[in-house]
Amino acid sequence: MNVLYGLYHPDGGELAFDGQAQKVRSPQDAIARGVGMVHQHFTLVPNLTVAENVVLGAEPTRGGLFDLEAAVRVVDETCKKLGFSLDARARVDRLSVGSQQKVEIVKALRRGAKTLILDEPTAVLTPQETDDLFRITRELSEQGSTVVLITHKLKDVLAFATRIAVMRRGRKVAEVRPADTTGAQLAELMVGGAMHDPAAPPSPLGATEPFLTLEGVSAEGLHDLSLEVRAGEILGVAGVDGNGQRELAEVVTGLRPLSRGRLKLGATHWSQLTPAQARACGVAHIPEDRLHRAMVADMTVEENVALGRQHQAPFARGLFIDFAGRRARTAQLLEAHDVRPRDPVARMGSLSGGNQQKLVVARELDTAPRLLVVVQPTRGLDIAAVNAVRQKLLERARAGCAVLLVSLDLEEVLALADRVVVMFEGRLNGTFTRGACDERELGRRMLGAAA
Amino acid sequence: MLQLVDALLSSTLDAAPALVFAALGAVLSERAGVVNVGVEGMMRAGAFVAAVAALVMPTPLGVVLGMLAGAALAALHAWLCIRFRADQVVSGMAINLVMLALGTFLLEARFSPNGTPSIEQLTRWGSGVPVLGGHTALTWLALAAPFALHAVIQRTRFGLRLRAAGEKPQAVAAMGVSVSRLRFVAVTCGGLLAGLGGASLSVATLDRFEHNMPAGLGFMAVAAMVFGRWTPLGAAAAAAFFAFGNALRIGLTSSAPQVLEVIPQGVLLALPYLLTLLLLAGQKRGAGKAPAALGTPYDPELR
Repeated sequence: MNVLYGLYHPDGGELAFDGQAQKVRSPQDAIARGVGMVHQHFTLVPNLTVAENVVLGAEPTRGGLFDLEAAVRVVDETCKKLGFSLDARARVDRLSVGSQQKVEIVKALRRGAKTLILDEPTAVLTPQETDDLFRITRELSEQGSTVVLITHKLKDVLAFATRIAVMRRGRKVAEVRPADTTGAQLAELMVGGAMHDPAAPPSPLGATEPFLTLEGVSAEGLHDLSLEVRAGEILGVAGVDGNGQRELAEVVTGLRPLSRGRLKLGATHWSQLTPAQARACGVAHIPEDRLHRAMVADMTVEENVALGRQHQAPFARGLFIDFAGRRARTAQLLEAHDVRPRDPVARMGSLSGGNQQKLVVARELDTAPRLLVVVQPTRGLDIAAVNAVRQKLLERARAGCAVLLVSLDLEEVLALADRVVVMFEGRLNGTFTRGACDERELGRRMLGAAA
Repeated sequence: MLQLVDALLSSTLDAAPALVFAALGAVLSERAGVVNVGVEGMMRAGAFVAAVAALVMPTPLGVVLGMLAGAALAALHAWLCIRFRADQVVSGMAINLVMLALGTFLLEARFSPNGTPSIEQLTRWGSGVPVLGGHTALTWLALAAPFALHAVIQRTRFGLRLRAAGEKPQAVAAMGVSVSRLRFVAVTCGGLLAGLGGASLSVATLDRFEHNMPAGLGFMAVAAMVFGRWTPLGAAAAAAFFAFGNALRIGLTSSAPQVLEVIPQGVLLALPYLLTLLLLAGQKRGAGKAPAALGTPYDPELR
């Protein structure tokens, strides 16, 4: 994909457009050949307007000055052709993620894209926004454009594609049509072997005590929030990015101060909580951004395993580091969680994303937590790692741990959670129990619809 | 009283160009995403080259050479920061230190330790007109330049790309525009302005290069840029305010020497710097957002 767009250069082979072999040395070349790309992480300038972002790089001018009116006209015309609405004069950082994606699409089309590459476009969208996106792309393909959709969501490709190419370890391993295949077959092709789906068995709910209780908690980004997570239960938190889910996880782990209300962990009430106190109460945290909050890339694997418990056995003896104990415990965890390579002194940053995440999960579970706060645990992982991580979470919940799972991936929430709460603008906007979940209804609530 | 105000304002307008040009230069560089703390050194180069050149050629030509000296240093800064991804603060400070030493060395080797012989100042126009009269063309240029730069940044194609490069260079690169070239041009033009600011010290404010020029004005220009929230108009207004503080000091000591008996000379000398410090400390945090990509070399592999 990056080769197609000229960001990376092929070591061999050739690219052909309209049957003609051509070299793509840079994004300019790609744009000139009619390739447009919508990255998973948008390349929009947040403090510029929609119109300014769309024309960046090929700006209309009048009398030497930048012609904003012409730019606005361009955006309006493209939107009309595709049948959606965008305020061309709005600043991009004020738009929803779905709208920002539309800006990216307009931007690509404006440069004359005939081949549109979408990289994981549905990862951050609500079901409604996803429908909208696929309606637009279908429109485009009917108008004669090519759309390349890169995704790990099987449902998306099955619903959307005319042809499906399955890639594994940099090779194309199969090409199928959606009518001739099923999700299970595709998954098998992707991992190269039979899959066992970690479908959540019904949990032994009911009699267990709530371990975590929030009573009217307010904080920056949260308003008067009350909820409880019972021991042995996975509570899923759904919502569109930026509606207070991250803040909720930070409040529970002691990373964000409460402004009102209190929370109860086990038998203790807290109106202010520090991360150390939370940990002492048995709260473990698998944060969203592991590079930022869960690991130190330049330290070794075993040093990362000791982080947070470096003063306790088996990682320390008195004032000194217990090297042998640390090595032994690390080796044990690497084995139990199938982290590769099995090298305690490898640099953490040299591990693949999936193995880093597995190690973070291993470390947090090793603290024998009573509450596990998990945010976006499988983002950006390959399907085998996704399953491994999910399996561990389920196991732990069934063993009696309370789990608070925040994910932007609705499928993940539905696959794992016993109960689902929807957050909108820092408040709860609906609670669903497993089996009584309607994806449409969840989507409506995520967008703020009232009950 | 009116006379005093007139003198104060006139003296402000005399001192302002140096700060205004330098602050605008810093804005230009930092909006593109390159930290520029080397303004002080670039000003010193501009002041020295302009004064020395004016010894043998018409003063305006000296000013142009001073600007080019500033631009040359800025180009060096840009080359280090963009091509070699040097730490932008370190590179800027290195330029300051090298220019401090080089200026002193050349001054002592060729002239006297205190300064160059005096040169012919730039012509002052319209004496007799209150406040606005009796200044060099540089003063008037300094009044117009903020608006010109504002128009460039807000209303031209170059300005749009400049703003984007400082906020999210990946977006600029993805649309097929070279971030490196854009930043190089912006930093170098910033140096041109810093050089002009320095030159205005030695050919308009004074009539020679003095050993300690620009005596921290470059850092005040950077402070003015921060205080002006990285906008040309804001930075120029802040620079003018700092210049006013300077004028106040001169005005106080000359028109009311009795204050010297109450307030030590040193405190008065420190007045403009104290003002700078107070203003920056009092500025609401988060109010003036720096460009998001400021100080980070552009890495095409990063998303």
